Amino acid sequence: MYKYFPHTEEDLQLMLRRVGVRSLDDLYADIPEAVRFRREYNLPEAMSEVELRQLFSEVSRSMQNAPLTVFAGAGVYDHYAPSVVQHIIGRSEFLTSYTPYQAEVSQGTLHYIFEYQSMMAELTGMDVSNASMYDGATATAEAALMAFASAKKADTVLLSGTLDPKVARVVETYAKYHGIRIGKVAARDGVTDREDLSRRLQAGGIAGVIVQAPNYYGIVEDFSGLSDEVHAQKALLVINSVAADLAVLKTPAEWGADIAVGDAQSLGIPMSFGGPGLGYMCCTEKLIRKMPGRIVGLTRDNRGQRAFVLTLQAREQHIRRQKATSNICSNQSLMALYVTVYMSLMGPKGLREAAELSYGGAHYLCEQLQQTGYFRPCYDQPYLNEFCMRYDGDVDALQAGCADEGFMAGVKLDEHTVMFAVTEKRTRDEIDDFVDTIKQIREEQA
Amino acid sequence: MNNRLYGNLIFELSRKGRQGYTLPRNTYGSHTDELPASLRRQAALKLPECDELTVVRHYTNLSHDNFGVNDGFYPLGSCTMKYNPVIDEEIAALEAFAALHPLQPADTCQHALGLYYALQQSLAELTGMKEFTLNPCAGAHGELTGLMVIRAYHQSRGDEARTKVLIPDSAHGTNPASAAVCGLEVVEVKSGPDGLVDVADLERLISEQGPSIAAMMMTNPNTLGIFEHDIPLITQMVHRCGALMYYDGANLNPLLGVCRPGDMGFDVMHVNLHKTFSTPHGGGGPGSGPVGVREGLEPFLPTPRVVERAGTYSVETGDYEQSLGSVGCFFGNFGVMVRAYAYILSLGRENVRMVGPLATLNANYVKESLRDVYELPIGGLCKHEFVFDGLKDKSTGVTTMDVAKRLLDYGYHAPTIYFPLLFHESLMIEPTENESLDTLDAFIQVMRRIADEAKTDPERVKAAPLTTPIGRVDDVLAARQPVVTFKQMSHE
Repeated sequence: MYKYFPHTEEDLQLMLRRVGVRSLDDLYADIPEAVRFRREYNLPEAMSEVELRQLFSEVSRSMQNAPLTVFAGAGVYDHYAPSVVQHIIGRSEFLTSYTPYQAEVSQGTLHYIFEYQSMMAELTGMDVSNASMYDGATATAEAALMAFASAKKADTVLLSGTLDPKVARVVETYAKYHGIRIGKVAARDGVTDREDLSRRLQAGGIAGVIVQAPNYYGIVEDFSGLSDEVHAQKALLVINSVAADLAVLKTPAEWGADIAVGDAQSLGIPMSFGGPGLGYMCCTEKLIRKMPGRIVGLTRDNRGQRAFVLTLQAREQHIRRQKATSNICSNQSLMALYVTVYMSLMGPKGLREAAELSYGGAHYLCEQLQQTGYFRPCYDQPYLNEFCMRYDGDVDALQAGCADEGFMAGVKLDEHTVMFAVTEKRTRDEIDDFVDTIKQIREEQA
Repeated sequence: MNNRLYGNLIFELSRKGRQGYTLPRNTYGSHTDELPASLRRQAALKLPECDELTVVRHYTNLSHDNFGVNDGFYPLGSCTMKYNPVIDEEIAALEAFAALHPLQPADTCQHALGLYYALQQSLAELTGMKEFTLNPCAGAHGELTGLMVIRAYHQSRGDEARTKVLIPDSAHGTNPASAAVCGLEVVEVKSGPDGLVDVADLERLISEQGPSIAAMMMTNPNTLGIFEHDIPLITQMVHRCGALMYYDGANLNPLLGVCRPGDMGFDVMHVNLHKTFSTPHGGGGPGSGPVGVREGLEPFLPTPRVVERAGTYSVETGDYEQSLGSVGCFFGNFGVMVRAYAYILSLGRENVRMVGPLATLNANYVKESLRDVYELPIGGLCKHEFVFDGLKDKSTGVTTMDVAKRLLDYGYHAPTIYFPLLFHESLMIEPTENESLDTLDAFIQVMRRIADEAKTDPERVKAAPLTTPIGRVDDVLAARQPVVTFKQMSHE
């Protein structure tokens, strides 16, 4: 019949007889004719594997200079993952299983999620972690809902003006429909305006404060004293971070955060046009029952063996329905496995070395760009591997010219500002070629 | 498990000084210790230190403790555990897709934007909707997005009073949960003795609360696997009171080739690409939950959007005054979309239309072959799935939980259990169109054998599973004082 349909003509006849109908169409006798679909779908005809491969290889050939050598981030980073990672997540026992409801035949998944939670708690310094979320933006929005639910009367969540605007937009969208007020804290010199923040906090009614470290502009902000100030108003402090950066940067726990969220795509996950990535959420032990999403816990089986199981399900939608902490009923499980295997291979030393290479490369690129004479840094602030530059020419023309030569030249922030990022995957030669390309483009323009 | 050592946590296999990676030599002069000490991590980073082979063996062994569709029959009701074609994995892994940055110039990623657009259009054709956003990352995320579309629509008309959602008592738990996250109040609609929405109850609710109702959420076929044949009447009633109809696409599979939510009168819907369009469930994600709307509701869809003009695709984020906002930074789980589109192209129009009928045939075949030993509370034709209310003979004390656990011993994944909540002993079975008669017959035989064992050796069934790597787990112990990290475990 077709490779995914095992029914022979004989099978069909036997099965229809058992069911007591004459034809496949009779299986739908209860559907009113007025809503039946009686024409052909307007879709292409079936394609063989050969044709499918041809189509997609043509598609990839049509993309010039593909793939680009990426000097950009803004939330998605081109890090390298050892080959083992892709190999492991391709194992069909992991790939083709469902959410681990049946613990007896899902210990593989439950075991790695427990490891994942342990690693994320370690990286952020927080007490506990959930089993992962869709992405950093929705994890941040969920943190806003959590702060709102934890507050007695307060109904406002403050967002730092240095939070990634794309993330802020998602938080604002969730907040709008959930009935949470959003306050925007000003940014000054690329960092959160602490005076404005203090003023807004003291005005009262604040359930939570969301800041980002490193912030959207790549700047590592100093949050000294922030948690005391936030906690004095009985609000929760939420810190959004790029997961990989926490190997070397002060952790959300060290800043005194109640909830740590963000994207973990930076732990080697392919950029894949923005998804699937991975959101993480960690919090203090005190808040665990308010946390959304799956959580895996330790237990014993009836043979006395150590075992892992989905726990605290009384928070979840399939038990609590509209009273659940969230509507989320999945995690981003396979991507959680991805970063778990990645961190197992890299270990503390590997994560730090990758961060050092990214730091070194970014600072080298920044220096080289300044030496061209066309760029100057926007801020005099500490950064890790992402930074903003003021460009004295046309940013669009720069980016288009670089793309023609195979480079993604940062992310445009405004008419004169570009944000660049460098990871351990970029070699020094690539950086030199990139800078030379920019010089050539300028010379041609001149 | 063939080697106890690797059954430990990866943390327990760690030995100081081992490493499982290599990185290029660092020839840059600058280091992170240039950052002020107050901005640097103080706490030691206690991640595992392992060599590569240890990591490979550990996770390979862990995979042996898992059960996937490739391992055996997975009749998990409501989850549509289809075969996940291997070629779709290969296509999604192509560098042309996997190595794309979501913010790179549109003229360097036309192929990806084009795929997004083509999948969006294919879904519109398959469901009878006008336009889809593919941005939501999962079914529940799609529900939330769809409800936001509905709220944005009412708000655009100044109709702020519509804050309630009608949801049948048989609905998936995500429906009421999504409504609550969206700031809506849930009004439950009763099911009649036939398992269908009680139209009289619906009529009463609408006449009492009509002007405050924003939408009705429905799954059709419903969670009992029964087609709500009153759907034309229901949509008419709901529309007349000014509310919109939301279609929960979790049960779309049996309708491929048969009917379309748009033609039934639904205004907004989501599709689970990881169910109907065969992308792997991955142990709980990543999924994808595209949201479709009928003509007239497109302005409310989220941004960013992929727009086509004269064969050229672009990404647009601004200038949509009526848009609900954003539910993600980029285009959702793009890698999942590549797989789903490859699946649709593989099947083509002539095979897509067979999906629904064959899935429905398989479900009815299993139901008719077991209904003499398992309690079928609602007879008649089902669609892609059906629900038993436990064993017919209740005198043995063997529960649905016991039957499910005993199935694991025989090498099958268990059906969905204790859902829907309409019955005490729900056992929900969904065999997809990919399962052969031989597989179904073998499963039927085992189900009958378990029914038999329940009479002859009930203690054995209650003790199940006996052959799995672990036995039944203590849920209460896990929840009482949750231990969710290795660090907490070490403190125990």
